[in-house]
Amino acid sequence: MTALDTDALGAWVREFARAVTEHRDELTELDSAIGDADHGTNMDRGMTAAVAALDATPPADAAALLKTVAMTMISKVGGTSGPLYGTFFLRMSGAVGDGSPAAFAAAFRAGVEGVVARGKAEPGDKTLLDALLPAADALTEAVGAGQGLDTALRAAADAAAKGRDSVTPLVARKGRASYLGERSAGHVDPGAASAVLLVEAAATTLARS
Amino acid sequence: MAQVGIVVVSHSRPLAEAAVELARQMLPGSTVPIEVAAGTDDGGLGTDAVAVSAAITAADSGDGVLVLMDLGSAVMSAETALELLDEDVRARVLLSPAPLVEGLVGAAVVAAGGADRDRVAAEALRGLAPKQAHLGG
Repeated sequence: MTALDTDALGAWVREFARAVTEHRDELTELDSAIGDADHGTNMDRGMTAAVAALDATPPADAAALLKTVAMTMISKVGGTSGPLYGTFFLRMSGAVGDGSPAAFAAAFRAGVEGVVARGKAEPGDKTLLDALLPAADALTEAVGAGQGLDTALRAAADAAAKGRDSVTPLVARKGRASYLGERSAGHVDPGAASAVLLVEAAATTLARS
Repeated sequence: MAQVGIVVVSHSRPLAEAAVELARQMLPGSTVPIEVAAGTDDGGLGTDAVAVSAAITAADSGDGVLVLMDLGSAVMSAETALELLDEDVRARVLLSPAPLVEGLVGAAVVAAGGADRDRVAAEALRGLAPKQAHLGG
């Protein structure tokens, strides 16, 4: 059984932070089209601070690592992505399990359910959930079918990207973008775009662990 | 006499502090606890759930806390802050859907008079009534 230990999850978080920094301007540009133009800078501030917090105080275990990321995100991001991503990592932290792929899939789903509870969004509202929910489904299904973690995470990342793209034509029903009504249609949702980076980072780091 | 605390959550620290100043003007000599959790720690616009939970703890003297918010992430940060509190404190906290400025002034006045939490919350919700009556809305 593959071990998803503290080092592996740390590598995931660091790769997500790196990807957020790399795509910071792009995320902000997406948000300037349909929101308040801060998603890239907010996420970058939060994830950069999360990595700094992990460096400052190396976590004792996987749950502590995810909790540090959670608390940093809810404190430092500033916008709604702080409570949303923070709750994702907080609920994952409480469900981390034995480090097996099945436990990781269950913890990931617990995190996504935390985002559902926090944001009260539904599929098709054009939010990060439109990437996270299909990713959780694909991950659970692939792991449940006995596929390796690399295959399962690739399926999850592909499902997240497909979910992000599926809501681009839709009108946003949550957050600042919902004030724009029809004008939000045709734009990529910034939250769904950053959520794809999160799952893609898992596919590129955890599959090797 | 109850001492209900009030917490103001806003994206902007100047906005929150000005709202508190406006409310305090109505309360000469009052020590009603009003705490602010507003802005990012680098002085920008944003909300911080950890700061909100600390403000709630500071405002709480055991008789309950009413939390007033502006919009968007202020609401989600306030909800997240509840998760960070001890259960006994959380049970005393109420997040108010009242308008921030009007709700704060109304709530602060009755809190200073020693009203209990539910009475303070009800007064916050009535915050728009004088303006609506005046404008015929």
